[in-house]
Amino acid sequence: MSSKMVGSNNLAHARRMVQQLRVEASIERIKVSKASADLMRYCGENAKYDPLLMGIPASENPFKDKKPCTIL
Amino acid sequence: MGEMEQLRKEAESLKDEITAARKAVQDLTLQDHVAGTAVVGRVQLKTRKTLRGHLSKIYAVHWGDSKLCVSASQDGKLIVWDSYTTNKVHAIPLKSSWVMTCAYAPSGNMVACGGLDNMCSIYNLKGKDGNVKVMRELAAHTGYLSCCRFLNDNEIITSSGDCTCVLWDIETGSQKTVFAGHLGDCMSLGVAPDFNTFISGACDFTAKLWDIRDGQCRQTFGGHESDINAIGFFPNGNAVITGSDDASCKLYDLRSDQELITYQDSGIMCGVTSLAPSLSGRLILAGYDDFNCNIWDSLKAERVGVLSGHDNRVSCIGVTPDGMACCTGSWDSFLKIWN
Repeated sequence: MSSKMVGSNNLAHARRMVQQLRVEASIERIKVSKASADLMRYCGENAKYDPLLMGIPASENPFKDKKPCTIL
Repeated sequence: MGEMEQLRKEAESLKDEITAARKAVQDLTLQDHVAGTAVVGRVQLKTRKTLRGHLSKIYAVHWGDSKLCVSASQDGKLIVWDSYTTNKVHAIPLKSSWVMTCAYAPSGNMVACGGLDNMCSIYNLKGKDGNVKVMRELAAHTGYLSCCRFLNDNEIITSSGDCTCVLWDIETGSQKTVFAGHLGDCMSLGVAPDFNTFISGACDFTAKLWDIRDGQCRQTFGGHESDINAIGFFPNGNAVITGSDDASCKLYDLRSDQELITYQDSGIMCGVTSLAPSLSGRLILAGYDDFNCNIWDSLKAERVGVLSGHDNRVSCIGVTPDGMACCTGSWDSFLKIWN
């Protein structure tokens, strides 16, 4: 590979990097306070539907083996 | 060269602009917000099932629905399990045993896998004669396949050690879009709940958010001090969680474009291999190199539980779509179902 080709590859790469950074710099950002509030609200609203958080009654747990009861 | 120097200067200036813009929206931190919230109580999950059958290290597991999951092992097999009964629904022998990832299509009709063969192989589970056959071999990556996820029965996204991710048309076997930009091996990917974007984590220590349809990288998140091995969306699609060899997990918020919280503990010194949020997002389950899985309160960043029971590295983890259980896969060749 000639040094000229390597040089122009580096240039093309640098141009792409700058173009990408322009895209990323231009996005709209919301305030962290709003982002945090929304995360908290989502967790709060969905907590009651979260089986790993709330626990699962044995009778509703599809993974729990239903063993027959023996009276000793 | 004049232009090179100009571009270098412009790149630095843009990076400073991004840093400043992120700081400008930091009116309050997440920690301030959750200061009044209590940490969740201790979470104690029990092993309900152990899925035995693989003969070697398990590298990946993926739920198809809330009952069926597929696992991949370097014993050269993909196994589809009925997790309620522990029965093996399918045991699929692979051409290449060096598998690193597997995925279940949302429809339940197909599974996919790949690894050091640099290919993503698609298997049809619902073939007419009942046999599971290779339907398509998606070949074009010049590095190992680290992760794959179906969008639907005709589209799949792959991430590779060649530093790119690709969106494939399964019917034609062609690359629809190549997502290039990472400067290191892509290790993991996650698709947004609305299927419009996906995220990738890589060995360049960054996570990137990509627009699936136009191929554009929209956002890049740094902060990790080593390879990102695991990545996933927070359930509402507004945040991304990453797990890294630097022993920490991080939560990045997409709309404020920054890291909000780090999940780390001075007692944890080994890499994160895998992660999955619980249904509400309040819990993050993360697998580590030290054979354990830690459960984090995602808002308070405190450890609230541990899943111990594997005799080797926890390499993969997944929570069922209905949130009822999580599955861990390990180098000890077993999968465990916990709730």
